[in-house]
Amino acid sequence: MSKQATGTAFGALLRRDFLLAYRRRAELLQPLVFLMVVTTLFPLGVGPSPQLLANIAPGVIWIAALLASVLSLDSLFRSDFEDGTLEQMVLSGQSLALIALARIVAHWLVAGLPIVLLSPLLAMWMNLPDEGLPILIESLVIGTPILSLIGAIGGALTVSLKRGGQLLSLLVFPLYVPLLILATSAVGAAVVDLPYTGQLGLMVSGLIVALTLAPFATAAALKLSLS
Amino acid sequence: MNPIVLFFHKTGSPPWFYRFSGYLIPWLWAIFLVITAIALYLGFFHAPVDYQQGATVRIMYLHVPAAWMSMMIYGLMAIMGFIALVWRIRIMEVLVIASAPVGAAFTMMALMTGSLWGRPMWGTYWVWDARLTSELVLLFLYFGVIALYNSFDEPRKAARAASLMSIVGAINLPIIYFSVEWWNTLHQGSSFGGDGPGIHPDMLLPLLLMAISTKFFYGANLLSRARLILLKQDHRKRWVQDLLSQEKH
Repeated sequence: MSKQATGTAFGALLRRDFLLAYRRRAELLQPLVFLMVVTTLFPLGVGPSPQLLANIAPGVIWIAALLASVLSLDSLFRSDFEDGTLEQMVLSGQSLALIALARIVAHWLVAGLPIVLLSPLLAMWMNLPDEGLPILIESLVIGTPILSLIGAIGGALTVSLKRGGQLLSLLVFPLYVPLLILATSAVGAAVVDLPYTGQLGLMVSGLIVALTLAPFATAAALKLSLS
Repeated sequence: MNPIVLFFHKTGSPPWFYRFSGYLIPWLWAIFLVITAIALYLGFFHAPVDYQQGATVRIMYLHVPAAWMSMMIYGLMAIMGFIALVWRIRIMEVLVIASAPVGAAFTMMALMTGSLWGRPMWGTYWVWDARLTSELVLLFLYFGVIALYNSFDEPRKAARAASLMSIVGAINLPIIYFSVEWWNTLHQGSSFGGDGPGIHPDMLLPLLLMAISTKFFYGANLLSRARLILLKQDHRKRWVQDLLSQEKH
């Protein structure tokens, strides 16, 4: 396959995914509404004390983002698997890792980026101090692609199962632990005026590692699910 | 053929593996029982009590080897899973799956003995200490592999999925370990100084013996489980039928 064909395939997949997402706008909103509802539950559950909410704000927002991302990951490859598109993609002769990466990028743009855009509202609800907000947004910008990348492995492994949702969360939540720790501690450090670049730097390195390895693991998992 | 290559080819064949492991298993169990008996006697009756921890220090002889095994088995699963995926050796797939429950059991044992020790020593069964937390996450990783295996109908596909999952988990495991360590030290100082190398020889000997005996336990348990899985998967095949007819006569 020539280089140009590979690039074209990548672009064509992205375009297709955006078009599909645009045609199903209502489905797109579901994870976001879910994110808002989950965040609302916390003040109701632990009490509306502004100080308490401010303390738990980074953790709550990040956990809500993890849940919302897993919710959308279950369908990442499902419809393509069910109607045979995935098989055609494997047979196309293009690198499956690249195809997986295109799906992941599209997934992040339609499911991860909205979380980032919604986060100021959530931060306001959770009474996060203003110093924390830019870092929260930064941590989400770096972290939500990692959620999509790692989650795609789980999504590809469970795609041939009828009810993969719960299993998917069991598989990927333990893998999200380092990310959750780094992101919430970066925001927490920023709020109390401590240095936070170390955490963000580690998250960026995590993103690079995930970006290099996860597409190959996803491709292997997809091949396995199709066998 | 080169004898080593021949050995690998033979071990990769289920009937040969079944017979070979059948000879090995009684020995593994016997060695395990003997070493464990000696180690537990030394540990529970002969080793001195700790001047601070008193007799509760004896929990260490179960706790520490279990924790070591929990990590070693996950690492082995990833290595065997890699071999299974790359060279498509069925025995390796079976061994990955047979390892998972043993590893999960060791992890649970480490967690339970740890919290039994923590109650008198720290005054609580559970703290979100770095080591406890990463051990708990490890348990979840084991559960994930087992659950993934059980969700597929086709055993070989299931085993390959579980192999891939254990590789992904093993790459993440050190990252999880260090991040949790770092998370904890950020919030509070180290909860307890590790016993380190300054351990009394009378305590070290039973500990090392236990560490060795648990490996034999794992080997015996692993091979027994793998044999059962093979029998189940191959119950319609010729060699299992032959085996069954031999048993009847």
